[in-house]
Amino acid sequence: METTFPRLLLQHAAQRPADPAMREKEYGIWQTHSWSAMARQVEHLACGLHLAGLRSGEHMVVVGANRPRLYATMMAVQSLGAVPIPLYQDAAAAECVFPINNAEVRFAFAEDQEQVDKLLEIRPQCPGLQAIWYDDPRGLRKYSEPGLQSLDALVAAGEDFAKKNPSYFRVQVEKASPDDVAAMFYTSGTTGNPKGVVHSHRTLLDRAHAGAQFDKLTHKEEVLAYLPPAWIGQNIFSYAQWLCCGYVVNCPESTGTVTIDLKEIGPTYYFAPPRVFEGLLTTVMIRMEDAGWLKRRMFHAFMDLARRVGPARMDRKPVGPLDRLLYALGDLCVYGPLRNNLGFSRVRVGYTAGEAIGPDLFTFYRSIGINLKQLYGSTETAVFVCLQPDDQAKADTVGIPISGVEIKVAENGEILVRSGGLLKEYYKNPAATAEVLTADGWYHTSDAGFLDAQGHLKIIDRVKDVGRIRGGANDGALFAPKYVENKLKFFPYIKEAVAYGDGRELVCAMINIDFDAVGNWAERRNLPYAGYTDLAQKSEVYELIKDCVEKVNADLAADERLAGSQVSRFLVLHKELDADDGELTRTNKVRRGYIAEKYQVLVDALYGGKTDQYIETQVKFEDGRTGSVNATLRISDTRIFPPVKAAA
Amino acid sequence: MSTITLRTEPAEPVSPEMAARLVEQSSANQPIAPDRKAGEVILNVENISLSFGGVKALSDISFDVKEHEIRAIIGPNGAGKSSMLNCINGVYQPQQGSITFRGQTFKHMNSHQVAVMGVARTFQNLALFKGMSVLDNIMTGRNLRIKSNLLLQALRIGPAEREEIRHREFVEHIIDFLEIQAFRKTPVGQLPYGLQKRVDLGRALAMEPQMLLLDEPMAGMNVEEKQDMCRFVLDVNDEFGTTVVLIEHDMGVVMDISDRVVVLDYGKKIGDGTPDEVRNNPDVIKAYLGTSE
Repeated sequence: METTFPRLLLQHAAQRPADPAMREKEYGIWQTHSWSAMARQVEHLACGLHLAGLRSGEHMVVVGANRPRLYATMMAVQSLGAVPIPLYQDAAAAECVFPINNAEVRFAFAEDQEQVDKLLEIRPQCPGLQAIWYDDPRGLRKYSEPGLQSLDALVAAGEDFAKKNPSYFRVQVEKASPDDVAAMFYTSGTTGNPKGVVHSHRTLLDRAHAGAQFDKLTHKEEVLAYLPPAWIGQNIFSYAQWLCCGYVVNCPESTGTVTIDLKEIGPTYYFAPPRVFEGLLTTVMIRMEDAGWLKRRMFHAFMDLARRVGPARMDRKPVGPLDRLLYALGDLCVYGPLRNNLGFSRVRVGYTAGEAIGPDLFTFYRSIGINLKQLYGSTETAVFVCLQPDDQAKADTVGIPISGVEIKVAENGEILVRSGGLLKEYYKNPAATAEVLTADGWYHTSDAGFLDAQGHLKIIDRVKDVGRIRGGANDGALFAPKYVENKLKFFPYIKEAVAYGDGRELVCAMINIDFDAVGNWAERRNLPYAGYTDLAQKSEVYELIKDCVEKVNADLAADERLAGSQVSRFLVLHKELDADDGELTRTNKVRRGYIAEKYQVLVDALYGGKTDQYIETQVKFEDGRTGSVNATLRISDTRIFPPVKAAA
Repeated sequence: MSTITLRTEPAEPVSPEMAARLVEQSSANQPIAPDRKAGEVILNVENISLSFGGVKALSDISFDVKEHEIRAIIGPNGAGKSSMLNCINGVYQPQQGSITFRGQTFKHMNSHQVAVMGVARTFQNLALFKGMSVLDNIMTGRNLRIKSNLLLQALRIGPAEREEIRHREFVEHIIDFLEIQAFRKTPVGQLPYGLQKRVDLGRALAMEPQMLLLDEPMAGMNVEEKQDMCRFVLDVNDEFGTTVVLIEHDMGVVMDISDRVVVLDYGKKIGDGTPDEVRNNPDVIKAYLGTSE
């Protein structure tokens, strides 16, 4: 596409000035921002930033939750030919130091006091940081730090400038070329410093457009922007595709109100990582357990029907007339109200990605009539690589390569991608760039997988994580830790699992219980507990989790190649794995290596045949203070099933 | 609430009257903010004595509260803290002494008069309407400010409806300020204790008080809830310039957020001053920790 983001904004503002561009719920009312108002605001911001000294090619940090003014600031930065860098709003202050220094950032946009405090805290380490503008002035009245200013002041200065130089903004917007750098996203690396992924207007728009075409998105879509803007997925859905299609992006009132806002907006195009769908299903299941007898019976009866009929219906396969009738009845009594309750009544296209989704979880949503699909992509590929067509959604594949994408599987099983949406480079890191991007234009995803008979891409695990069992009865057997962990995590009682087994004789796992689900389970059994740590170590809970692990083992045994990955021993961790403690990435993926190091004594105990192990762990609270949690963890053995030989 | 000036495109224009008041509030706050402690005496309590039959709850207590300060009343259990607050609030009528609020001296006051004069309070044991939503509970705090009569309101006649919308908007600002948007429609009885306390504070704020009396705002809270509440008390004091008188058990909290502290013990005043002065006062140490003799 021969255009840029600011040009698209002006185009929308000219063609349909009064149409809503964004909505933000504030003071209990959805406040609408029209395209023309958005364009005006961007113009004033851009002029203000120009006065402040932001130059073409320079980087500017934006940090905060989804707000119209955050996106307006990004557009204003791009209008001047500068590059916005969205940072995660929940990142610790220290995590912001590297990007700011790496990209020689002088200016920053901060949403509120929390973000300002964070930036001020790291100012001594970031001497280049000159000015910080804040959106929400609450609590900042008495701050007198040099360079700290309200965004209102910037807008006012910009408005003044725009009056005197009415053509300045448009000239700047016209100057930009589609091949200019549009944005930079820092990836939450599992090791070492994060890497700045550089994207141009062309790469982002190319993929945004391809994705929109694939799902026939129009300007009538409604999207709820609730994931961090620093994550490229949210950026594509509520920025790139927003400007590409011109639909409405809705910003929730606060993080706590997302479920309420979701219901009020009823998005037609929705994205959530598997864990959100998992969380929603857990809440539904808990509430159904607590519901009256009749409701519960009805729910379970119709859900059985839905599991049988629903997926076939979604895949547009023939369904018998009686089933069709029953399904219609179920839709009236159960599925419809349930969809409405979840806020999914109007979802036309729903996506999940980022991690493998449990087959039962995936089927649940499709069976109640929600067009949930999977996609495959990453920050480096501007998201859209593979997408599932509406009638070919499967839990274990991630779809077919969409237009403009070429896929190739390397010798070691690694997926290679070529498309118009590949990153330009890693910022100031030619070595890392050379590692993933070859001269002939192939991007190395470091995911292991293959294309199946129908042309769907199937991902097993990260190339580096796929291991082998060494020694014992299963010597040389394949070990795909994520595959095992995902199977465990599908149980509502298990929130997180970490499996070890590469180069070892046996597979062992550390498990995090889901506090809500297990807590509720315990309450219904009149099992008293004093808190997370206490509940996790109850022998009843161990029995419950053991049951789950053995079910997974039975399931793994069904596939000869994976039978060696059965979990022999496990323990339940005394604290929740947390991104603040470095155990999860900011996108909530387990950092297996780091956890193994941190909980070395537990790993040793698992493999050393001990029955319990004392551990003391440092934890970091949200306000930055630290404390410690200690407990004696029990270790449980589980049943291993003989592999089922494939019938020849 | 200055946040309102921020909005780029308010769907509902703010009434000029409210906007003016909000602006006035924030600008009035500006010059005072840097040296808050230099405020005028807003409340002067002189020689208050209160007894229930033979039990002397308070004897000869005097202290003052200056404008825009956070004034704490502390003391061990049964020291007379809540009785003191109830005297200021007009719930109890002291047998001796006088209370001067904004230049007007009273021997007796009833709680309605006190509320009209701009004093709001929260309760130690929460006195919320459990079956009503958060929004409605805070709305009740606007009661004194609603001018249209019951009939007009019941029939939702033009001016009454417009007035209701104005008050609702004000309440929404409080909801936003206290970050309880997610519970707007939730019945108060279903909320955890810490949030109920916040709603209680919200209702008091809805009165647009000049002085806020907080009866053990952090009692029964966990560490995180306490921190949140401290922040809200400081923010109320900062953003609206509201004078705060609070009773508190948690010494850490008191010493961190108060400008001046009165210490009571067995109905007598044993200390008065800045947190540091009070901390080093031998009588206070004796009352709190006991002495070895």
